[in-house]
Amino acid sequence: MFTTELATVSYIGATILFILSLGGLSNQETALRGNLYGMIGMALAVLATVFGPQVTWAGLPWIIVAMLIGGSIGLYAARTVQMTQMPELVALMHSMVGLAAMLVGISTFIDPEASKGFLGAAKSIHEMEIYIGILIGAVTFSGSIVAFGKLSGRIGGNPLLLPGRHWLNLVGLLVVIYFGREFMNAHTIQDGIIPLAVMAVIALLFGIHMVMAIGGADMPVVVSMLNSYSGWAAAATGFMLSNDLLIVTGALVGSSGAILSYIMCKAMARSFISVIAGGFGTASAAPAPAGGAAQPAGEVTPISATETAELLREAKSVIIVPGYGMAVAQAQHTVYEITKFLRGKGVNIRFGIHPVAGRMPGHMNVLLAEAKVPYDIVFEMDELNDDFPKTDVVMVIGANDIVNPGAQDDPTSPIAGMPVLEVWKAKTSIVMKRSMASGYAGVDNPLFYKENNRMLFGDAKKMLDEVLVVLKS
Amino acid sequence: MQTGVPTGTTSGESPKKGQRIGVPREILPGEKRVATVPEVVEKLIKLGFSVAIEAGAGDAANMSDESYVAAGATVVPTAAQLWAESDIVFKVCVPTPAEVDLMREGGILIDFIWPGQNPELMKQLAAKKATVLAIDALPRMLSRAQKMDALTSQAGVAGYRAVIEAANAFGRFFAGQITAAGKVAPAKVFIAGAGVAGLAAIGTAVGLGAIVRANDTRAEVADQVISMGGEFVKVDFEEEGSGGGGYAKVMSEGFQQAQRDMYAKQAREVDIIITTALIPGRPAPKLITAEMVRSMKPGSVIVDMAAERGGNCELTVPGQAVVVHGVTIVGYTDLASRLAKQSSTLYGTNLFRLAEELCKAKDGVANINMEDDAIRGLTVIKDGEITWPAPAPKLPAAATAAPKPVAAPSAKKGGHGHGGGGGEPMAGSKLAIMFGVAAALFWLVGNSAPPAFLSHFTVFVLACFVGYMVVWNVKPALHTPLMSVTNAISSIIAIGALVQVSPLAGAVGRPNDWISWVAAAGIVLTAINMFGGFAVTQRMLAMFRK
Repeated sequence: MFTTELATVSYIGATILFILSLGGLSNQETALRGNLYGMIGMALAVLATVFGPQVTWAGLPWIIVAMLIGGSIGLYAARTVQMTQMPELVALMHSMVGLAAMLVGISTFIDPEASKGFLGAAKSIHEMEIYIGILIGAVTFSGSIVAFGKLSGRIGGNPLLLPGRHWLNLVGLLVVIYFGREFMNAHTIQDGIIPLAVMAVIALLFGIHMVMAIGGADMPVVVSMLNSYSGWAAAATGFMLSNDLLIVTGALVGSSGAILSYIMCKAMARSFISVIAGGFGTASAAPAPAGGAAQPAGEVTPISATETAELLREAKSVIIVPGYGMAVAQAQHTVYEITKFLRGKGVNIRFGIHPVAGRMPGHMNVLLAEAKVPYDIVFEMDELNDDFPKTDVVMVIGANDIVNPGAQDDPTSPIAGMPVLEVWKAKTSIVMKRSMASGYAGVDNPLFYKENNRMLFGDAKKMLDEVLVVLKS
Repeated sequence: MQTGVPTGTTSGESPKKGQRIGVPREILPGEKRVATVPEVVEKLIKLGFSVAIEAGAGDAANMSDESYVAAGATVVPTAAQLWAESDIVFKVCVPTPAEVDLMREGGILIDFIWPGQNPELMKQLAAKKATVLAIDALPRMLSRAQKMDALTSQAGVAGYRAVIEAANAFGRFFAGQITAAGKVAPAKVFIAGAGVAGLAAIGTAVGLGAIVRANDTRAEVADQVISMGGEFVKVDFEEEGSGGGGYAKVMSEGFQQAQRDMYAKQAREVDIIITTALIPGRPAPKLITAEMVRSMKPGSVIVDMAAERGGNCELTVPGQAVVVHGVTIVGYTDLASRLAKQSSTLYGTNLFRLAEELCKAKDGVANINMEDDAIRGLTVIKDGEITWPAPAPKLPAAATAAPKPVAAPSAKKGGHGHGGGGGEPMAGSKLAIMFGVAAALFWLVGNSAPPAFLSHFTVFVLACFVGYMVVWNVKPALHTPLMSVTNAISSIIAIGALVQVSPLAGAVGRPNDWISWVAAAGIVLTAINMFGGFAVTQRMLAMFRK
């Protein structure tokens, strides 16, 4: 049995292990160990709590049953999930953290024992913590559910832009603040329930509204932002329960998510506010569909799978730029087969990954890793961008906005200033696409009309299979 | 912007046929090159031009009239007829006054002109109302212009030939060998000036097996020397020697002294010296003194590639190979011409690339677009009007283009977070505002919160910073595992549910059942996350392999 002191010491140990866990992810060699630290830390924290002073024997059956149910669902999901579905899974998990934070907040609120010791300012702060904890939990929960729906295709990817949506949000915030006052002034639990319920409903609606307004290409920001929220929710719960372990862990997760969001925004040349405010580039969206002066004109040059294979066979250096389209077509395994074949021929083949390629940070890396592509030939945008002029063939598989030269050349483009992979500097670029439709940003891509660009139309997996057959023959 | 008046009347062909390109035989004694080759003729015809060759133009470069005819050119018997019938003339050597006389009024000439050194020629051409593109006036720093850069292509050939000439005059192997008859030491080659010719010479000499050292006043070429397999010899003096346009400039006296000492030392040590040092618009710098030549081992060779401009060696006799103090000094000025087929092919291709730029419509009509930086630079006379020298190209020269590459990495850091701090430093005012807001917030908290809250708050703020520092080190490739592991870790919220799930028998007014059920639901949810998150991270990370 753990005494309070022993439990606290165990919590410190768990905290350190969590920090080491995140530190371990700084490179692939130590990443697995990092994950192990995380597991040990979590086991330590849970055991110290379960056998600690606050859990009685009567609670154990509850805990065991709940853990068994949850654990088996979790393990099952982890085992069966496709790597292309990782963003959905992560979003769904965020929603669970959010919901759990809500539930813990509610049960703390209805537990008179939990607030027994608080008087005066301490009591107000405690109530505020409950209120804010439930608020963040609710936003995380509903936002993540919508994000899950969007990522899994259950909800359309287009941004839903309600008229006056910023005002709606503002009104919501004011109502939440008003009921916050009511809640703090309530003397009994029964009095507090109503403001709390109203706030929870508004927070849930706000979460839905916020994510609904964000377009498909901004999903990496949303996913990492919700990641951050789930951390803040945990931290708020920690304040509520006066538990430093929760505070530290929540802060770690929260800042990690915030940094990822920042990186993603940077990679799209968007400000965090404009992503959260929703829509794609509210200010510049209008001229884009209208076309303006910068609408690229000209003809695209199609290419067949056979010609693609010949180009690849003659190339000395090849760079593959994958995008979400590769994930959709499940083409990563064929890509690996082609890579393996060309590497056997001594071709210098590499992968260039844009930070926002895919639907969550690092999504492409995971897919390529799943397809057994060695990670030392997978490079970041900045590592490769200078090498394009020396590259014979670039294959762009299901990517669009991240290779759009308009981001550099055309100041009126909605994605102007977004760092892009400069594939057009290579001797030949081949873009694989299903059709001439524009990317998520709704911007036409001048790359397609460049003289040294070829279009390989069709389903990425099918076309790559054909390319592979020709290559091997 | 149409020039050259595509009349077509002189050649008697239909005007639709496009302009006629004429290639005369080079008349300079010893010049073996020719301005186009049969392979290029085919490509020019595809652009819509017709091509005429003076009889015997390619003979010296081993390309017969028949091969030109097979490629689609017509052969014209005399130079006079060729010049008269051509709208555009391609040539290698600077034209003689006699040749200019033959030229058609208002024709286009594409050739080496060296307008700075040949003011008389310029006047004569202007009087002909000609349009002249001097291939030597190409703005070399435009990357687009590199395919047309004949100076480079010819210098490359000359650099190769220089080594061959040196090998010819040198009495030993280049490569070191251990033979049954004993050990042969490798030849040591020193190359002064690592421009195109110098680099080609380095590559060739390394290929033959010699130990190659090279020097250049421009420090930035050191990497190129090393990449060609040479060793870069530094002058023991700090000064940057990069002039405009990729050429070297004149150096200070102190530097020159240090340079002389270095050359003297090299002269004593090496077997072969190849000098390529040129400064635009000036005689070649005298790098190798008579004294240095005397200090060289007998049988050594100097190839002076700057002979045409007076030579880098005091004892060079331009156009000849002489033996002084037992050292052979090769001063040939026609090194590129001595490899006529190669240099003609490269030169012809350069001119074809230029023709492509001039004739983007592929209709066989040259369009001198003075808005185009490359063409503007090349055009030294436009319709009889001297337009040389061209204004400096708008683009900064690569050597001085430092600001851009410097700015880029700092932006990259922000985007990618390899730097521990994360991102470029903020502007001072922004930073001040942030600190102000933070200070106000902290004051508020400190003023109103009880001590228990403050201790938690301290932990919270510090943990945020720890998280910030740790996460910036995470590789972008691992961002997905990072998210799933942070997700798993955030199920630490389970502790909140765990401490509440136990029913408290003694507590009055506690809705035990409610709390237990709600908390149990919380445990289920967090357990999904906990186990699922760690397991899926494990699965993902196990896939990353080298």
